[in-house]
Amino acid sequence: MLENIRLSFQGLWSHKMRSFLTMLGIIIGIAAIIAIVSTIKGTNEQIKENLIGSGDNTVNVQLYQGDSSYGMDYMGVPDGVPVISEETRKQMLDIVHVEGASLYTSREVYNVIYYQNVGLSGGKIYGIDMNYLNTCNYIIKKGRGFCDSDYKKFRKVALLDENSTEMLFQGEDPIGKTIEIQQEPYVVVGVITKSAKFEPVINNMEEYYTYYAEASNGAVYVPDTTWPLLYGYDEPQSLVLRLDSVDNMTVAGREASNLLNVGLSVTDDTIKYKADDLLKQAEDIQKLSQSTNTMLIWIAGISLLVGGIGVMNIMLVSVTERTQEIGLKKAIGARKGKILGQFLTEAAVLTSLGGLIGVIVGIALAEIISKVTGTLVSISVPAAILAVVFSMIIGIIFGLLPSYKAANLNPIDALRHE
Amino acid sequence: MILDLQNIYKDYQQDKLVVPVLKDICLQVEEGEYVAIMGPSGSGKTTLMNIIGCLDRPTSGSYQLAGEDVLKCKDKDMSDLRLRSIGFVFQSFQLLSRQTAMDNVALPLSYAGVKKKERKQRATQALERVGLGDRVNFRPTQLSGGQKQRVAIARAMVNNPKILLADEPTGALDSKSGEQIMELFQTLNEEGVTIVMITHDRKIASKAKRIVHIIDGIITEEGNKEEADE
Repeated sequence: MLENIRLSFQGLWSHKMRSFLTMLGIIIGIAAIIAIVSTIKGTNEQIKENLIGSGDNTVNVQLYQGDSSYGMDYMGVPDGVPVISEETRKQMLDIVHVEGASLYTSREVYNVIYYQNVGLSGGKIYGIDMNYLNTCNYIIKKGRGFCDSDYKKFRKVALLDENSTEMLFQGEDPIGKTIEIQQEPYVVVGVITKSAKFEPVINNMEEYYTYYAEASNGAVYVPDTTWPLLYGYDEPQSLVLRLDSVDNMTVAGREASNLLNVGLSVTDDTIKYKADDLLKQAEDIQKLSQSTNTMLIWIAGISLLVGGIGVMNIMLVSVTERTQEIGLKKAIGARKGKILGQFLTEAAVLTSLGGLIGVIVGIALAEIISKVTGTLVSISVPAAILAVVFSMIIGIIFGLLPSYKAANLNPIDALRHE
Repeated sequence: MILDLQNIYKDYQQDKLVVPVLKDICLQVEEGEYVAIMGPSGSGKTTLMNIIGCLDRPTSGSYQLAGEDVLKCKDKDMSDLRLRSIGFVFQSFQLLSRQTAMDNVALPLSYAGVKKKERKQRATQALERVGLGDRVNFRPTQLSGGQKQRVAIARAMVNNPKILLADEPTGALDSKSGEQIMELFQTLNEEGVTIVMITHDRKIASKAKRIVHIIDGIITEEGNKEEADE
C-alpha cells in the first residue's frame, strides 16, 4: 500500500502539468466548499456572540405566563409561587455545568429613579443577592460592592451600571450621592460593569433594537433585603446561572426551571419558570443563514462532480498510455487486485492531494473574504478533514472504471500494444 | 517433467471464421533442458509461448506445469503460476522506464509478498548474477540494449522460476550483445535453469540443446543441436 502511494506520487510528479490540471476541478470544488463553510461557521459564531454576549455564560430563569415573562407590575404576585429557598439555590449548583447561581428580583422602571431633578426615563431595577455580581461576572469599576452588613442591616445602598451613571450623573462622581428610588433615598456606593464587554455587530435596525434597547437603558441594583421597602413582600424571584460554556445554556437552563417548577402550586398552569434560551434563538437565526448557504455548497458540489469526471477521463488516458506496463505486470504475475489497487491508489492520491490543496486555497479564500467584507470566518477542522476524505472517495469512485479496465486488460494484447 | 503439453489445439475466432492456429501440439520438457522453439512468423510459435507461459488458454488439450494442471486453474491461480513458476524474457525488454534496475527486478518479489529488505537483497543478487552488480541504481534509459535485457533476465530469475521463457530474446539487440545474452543463457542452463526460447533465427536456436520446429501450427520435427547444425 505504502509502496503504491509512493509510486503514485512518482507517477503524478512525472506528469506535473497534467496532474495539476486534473486536480484543478477538485481544488476549486473543495476550496469553494471550505470557504463557504468557514464563512457560515464564522457568521454563526457571530450570531451566537451577538445574542449571548461573548464570555458571558449566564442564563436567566424567570417566571413566565405563557410565552411572555410574568408581568409583576400589573398583576401582582400570583398565588402558589413560593420564595426560592437557599436550599433550592444550592441545588442549582449541583446541576452539571453550573458554576454559580444567584437569585434576584427585577422590574422595568419608568420615572421612578431620580438624582436631584434628573430622572431615569427607562431602565431596570434589580434586587440582588450577595453572589449576584460574582455570578454574572460584574466587576466593580468605582466605589465598592455590597457587603454582608448592607444586607443584614437593610442599608439603603445602590449600585449603578455605566448607563444609569451616565444618565443620572452626567459626568459627576456618583459615589456617596443619594438617589431616589420609589421615593426612598438610596446612597450610591459603586459603579459596576460587565467583565467581558458586550459589543455586538449591528447589521440592521432590528438587531439594533434587540441589542441596544436594553443595553442603552440604565440598571440600578439594590440589596434584595431592601426590595420589600420598595415593592412589598412576596416578590417572585428569578434565578441566574453561570455555566462553564455557552453551549450548555439550554440544557442547564431547562433543568433549573424544572427544579423550580416542582415547587409551584398555581392554578393557572401557564405560569411557569422558564429559562431564556438565547442559544436556541441564535440557532434559529443560524438555520436561516445556513439554508441559503446550503445552496452554495450544492453548487460547489457540482464542481466536485465535474472534477471527478476529469479525474476519470485522465485515468482512462493513463491506463491506455500504460497498457504495456500493465500487460507486463500481469504477465510477471500481478493479480487483478494488485493492478486495481495500483490505479485506485493513484486516483485517490491524485484527488486527495487536490483536496488538500483545495483546503489550503479555501482557507486562504475565507481569510480574503473576511478581510474584504469584514465578516468573521472560522475555519472548521472537521470540515477540512472531511473535505480531504471526500476528495479521496471521489478519486476512488471515479477511478473505479479506469482501474477496472486496467485490471482486466488481456496481458497478451497489452504487451503487444505500442 | 516440467512441461507436459498434450494434444493442444488453439483456434481464433475471426469474424465468423474459425482460424486454427495450433493443431495437436504435444511437447514435453524435462528439468534442466534448453529448448528452442523455432518457426517462421505466423507459424503459431507466439501462441504456443503464450499457452506455455499461462497467459492464454488452449481451445482443447491438456497442459501440466510441474505437475500442476494449468487448464483447471482460475485466473488468480494463473497469475500465481506466472509469478512463481515462469520467468519471462521479452524481445522488447519490457522494463519500467521510470524505475531503477533494482526496482524493476524487485517487482515480481513485491507481488510475491517478499519484505522490502529481502527484496532489495535478492534483487541485488539477481543483478549480480547477470553481471550488472554495478548498475543497480541505473534507469533503463541509462543502459544499453544488452544491459536492459540482462536486467529483464534478472527480473525473470529473481523468483527462482521453474522455467525461463524467452521470446526472441536477441531480436532487438545487435549481434554482439545478442551473443552475450546467449552466453548468459548458456551459463544459466549449466547452473540448472530450464530454458524455453522462441525464435525464428536458426543461429540463435542452434545455441539450444534441443530444437523444436513449428510450422503452420504443427510441430514438424524435433531435433537436437547436432541435427540443427547440419
